[in-house]
Amino acid sequence: MLKEGKNTAGDFRIPSGCAVSSVFSRSGKRLDGSDIIKSIEIMHERSNGLGGGFAGYGIYPEYAEQYAFHVFYNNAKAKEECEKFIDEHFDVVNLSKIPIRKIPQITDEPLIWRYFVTPLHTKLAESQLDENEFVVRCVNRVNTYIDGAYIFSSGKNMGVFKAVGYPEDVGRFYRLDEYAGYCWTAHGRYPTNTPGWWGGAHPFALLDHSIVHNGEISSYDANRRFIEMYGYNCNLLTDTEVITYIFDYLVRRQGLTLEEVAHVIAAPFWTTIQNKSPEERERLTYLRNVFAGLLVTGPFSILVGFTGGIMALNDRLKLRSMVVGEKDDMVYIASEESAIRVIQPELDKVWAPAGGEPVIFTLDRKND
Amino acid sequence: MAQKQYAIGERYIGAGQSEGTIVLDAVPGNALGAYLDGAEIILHCNAQDATGDTMNAGEITIHGNTGDAAGYAMRGGSIYVQGDAGYRAGIHMKEYKEKVPVLVVGGKTGSFLGEYQAGGVIVVLGIGCEDRQPVGNFCGTGMHGGRIFLRTEHLPKDLPSQVIADVAAPEDMKIAEPLIRRYCEKFGADAEALLASRYYVLKPNTKNPYKQLYVTN
Repeated sequence: MLKEGKNTAGDFRIPSGCAVSSVFSRSGKRLDGSDIIKSIEIMHERSNGLGGGFAGYGIYPEYAEQYAFHVFYNNAKAKEECEKFIDEHFDVVNLSKIPIRKIPQITDEPLIWRYFVTPLHTKLAESQLDENEFVVRCVNRVNTYIDGAYIFSSGKNMGVFKAVGYPEDVGRFYRLDEYAGYCWTAHGRYPTNTPGWWGGAHPFALLDHSIVHNGEISSYDANRRFIEMYGYNCNLLTDTEVITYIFDYLVRRQGLTLEEVAHVIAAPFWTTIQNKSPEERERLTYLRNVFAGLLVTGPFSILVGFTGGIMALNDRLKLRSMVVGEKDDMVYIASEESAIRVIQPELDKVWAPAGGEPVIFTLDRKND
Repeated sequence: MAQKQYAIGERYIGAGQSEGTIVLDAVPGNALGAYLDGAEIILHCNAQDATGDTMNAGEITIHGNTGDAAGYAMRGGSIYVQGDAGYRAGIHMKEYKEKVPVLVVGGKTGSFLGEYQAGGVIVVLGIGCEDRQPVGNFCGTGMHGGRIFLRTEHLPKDLPSQVIADVAAPEDMKIAEPLIRRYCEKFGADAEALLASRYYVLKPNTKNPYKQLYVTN
């Protein structure tokens, strides 16, 4: 895969902001990808053409029970090797190239394939793992040991689409207007410290959790060292992937709520904790102490997509911007208010979450 | 002459402009009125981040809220925000002789209000949040000049030791009152009712407040 995008930015660094945006229907109404493209496009100047991507939820209802693997291959050999591995571990219900639209703005694409799979019963039983853990380990195996193959999306009824380019071009390239989902997140990348390459574009996803991130993780190495003790491998040449693994570790394996995860990675200052009520103080102190190695410092605003919901979180100093807009059943969250107004001029409510305070929206419960 | 058309989300509108009036109805991009040098900007919507960044003269009136870092390093002119301001409002404002920048916020602000403030006047009216402090955490951290007026009964508990907070005396209010009246003229609020409230004024402690913060001196 191309490890450095062709761009006028060349090889010098321009510190600036990325862009994030999302649309979410609380009633579960499925929307095509055109609005999210329009929203991220208005923030064009926050990106530099070295990465763009989207995550859509609810886009594969016909294969809702299968894990959807989206895979980049550098070459036919990597594909052959990876497909052999997939065949040995999974029952492949369907496979195809991911449909793309050839446009001049997106070039040098790898081979891009999609597989709907379920773990083979025999392999799963033999492993003595639950299904999700089995899938995570398989994804990790492919991404670490098969040269030139990268499974960049592995959830059920959701999918990640990403590339080197401006996000609006990436959306057109992947024909997102032909998909429909209840939640979309988007990212425009402006890499400052690490190469722009296909695998390094956001979102980063593991199972159904996907992360888009604007910022820079000062604590990256401390976080990486902690999370690698638990079997994760940070091998994608960018800091954001560690946040994806932290969410997987804390939510799926430790059973923390999303609010608790927020209070681990964007923990309040000790001085702020001191002024809380005794129970709250005890709770926050516990989370900070037990998961000290997972405190994420430096500026960030992130959007976390998951099955049935979305979470937005800023670093505790709020060094990146984030705006939430609500209209009827729709929720919009973006780096800039203009990115919301351009697709929904009339809002019932618009507000900026405080630093370190998670904002979580989930699908309305159906009365059936 | 018809006003130039601006796009939604357009950055740097009015940057460095010294004359004329710009009226906007669609949310502008970041750095609205950056380096503004005498022109007037009127917004009938919210503003995004870094409104009036380093502005030198002129006036920005926002019939809505503004994002983070409003009035960042401002050195002159005025910004009036009808509603709320985000984090770091008035960070590193400064003044020199007759150049005294003014930031008036009708609602509440986020954390780090007036961080490293070196001059100028910030007024937070806290309209609608009378039951709690109208500013976030770390208000006035590193402040070493200027004034912050807070209309509230709830002084922040985490003010740094380098900042002195007192109930505003009549001579302090001579600075704040005309600004509060101007706010009321612009947005139709009741000046007498607002002026009848209690105000705290935050000033830097002039007794060598940063002694030994960085080096022994």
